[in-house]
Amino acid sequence: MANDNAKLSKNLLRMKFMQRGLDADTKKQLEEEERRIISDEHWYLDLPELKAKENFIIEERSFGPCEDLKYGRMSFKGFNTEVEKLMIVMNAPNEEEEEEEEISRMETDITDEDMARRYESLVGSMKKKFAKKRERSAIEDVKQNATETETKRAFLKPQD
Amino acid sequence: MPESITDSKPEKVVCGPGLRRNGDEVLVCKSGILRHKQPNLYWIDSQQRRYVPGKGESVIGIITAKSGDIFKVDVGGSEQASLSYLAFEGATKRNRPNVQVGDLVYSQFIIANKDMEPELVCIDSCGRANGMGVFGAGGLLFKVSLGLVRRLLAPQSEIAKDLEKMFPFEIVVGMNGRVWVKAKTIQQTLIVANLLESCENMTAQQRQTLFRRVADGSI
Repeated sequence: MANDNAKLSKNLLRMKFMQRGLDADTKKQLEEEERRIISDEHWYLDLPELKAKENFIIEERSFGPCEDLKYGRMSFKGFNTEVEKLMIVMNAPNEEEEEEEEISRMETDITDEDMARRYESLVGSMKKKFAKKRERSAIEDVKQNATETETKRAFLKPQD
Repeated sequence: MPESITDSKPEKVVCGPGLRRNGDEVLVCKSGILRHKQPNLYWIDSQQRRYVPGKGESVIGIITAKSGDIFKVDVGGSEQASLSYLAFEGATKRNRPNVQVGDLVYSQFIIANKDMEPELVCIDSCGRANGMGVFGAGGLLFKVSLGLVRRLLAPQSEIAKDLEKMFPFEIVVGMNGRVWVKAKTIQQTLIVANLLESCENMTAQQRQTLFRRVADGSI
């Protein structure tokens, strides 16, 4: 139980359960000693630091981007319609991207208005499906005419 | 003769084909006309027939061998390029592409430098073919100089405009100087091939008169 630091080994002192009792100063001293040990044992090159030069000159081997070359497959006068479509797609990819987005919006099967109408009725029917019995009838009553509901509400005497 | 152009401004400069970086300097390694494109691209416009593979270029290759999982493709460079069988649209390990020895493929380089074997693919980064892959039942494959290829594929190519006015036909131009042509009849195919080969050494005037003669049907 004698807390004699001189007799306990360095490795033992470095263990976690021994570190808890230490105060900040002794901890710092231990860390510095560790760092000194590491730097003495590790080998290093005694050369000046080489800085990575920032290259301002970029090499480009291909002629393609230099002269903005077009797509290599071409078809004239409708000989091959697929290639002609490809020519349009590949030759102006930047300009035509926006156009294609608009076109794709127009070519949907149903227009936006139909979708909105559909969703209106869909929301109503889903609401009905999950509503309780009394609520369901309440919803239906609300939808029907006011006069009809009034007549229904009045108690009809059973005619034998 | 190598010249050195010192770069004094701290902006990025892109040196294209014909120019090489040597430390902080740019050296010219081909003879030709220096061209400039905004904002910072310079290159040498030179003529040659021998193709050197470059990354991202689309070329026509001929399948020479099938070995295991890759095809060996002849692209006209110093060595044959390899093309994996999975690099086709919709190809999986079970669904092999229908490629035979001797087929023509239109494909792009993904690796092309002087230290490694060049590699080709027939799909783009999204996995779509975009017209690449095996093509050409019929037609004629012939070789032209690289300068003519660039003239054909230039954005405002006059040769392409002249070609449009003739009869219907289809053409595939590879950046390695190979051109494949197919028209309705063999005679038309041969006419187009001869026209393109002769376009090299003609001025614009001569070319237009020749094309007009063909369009009129006198050849």
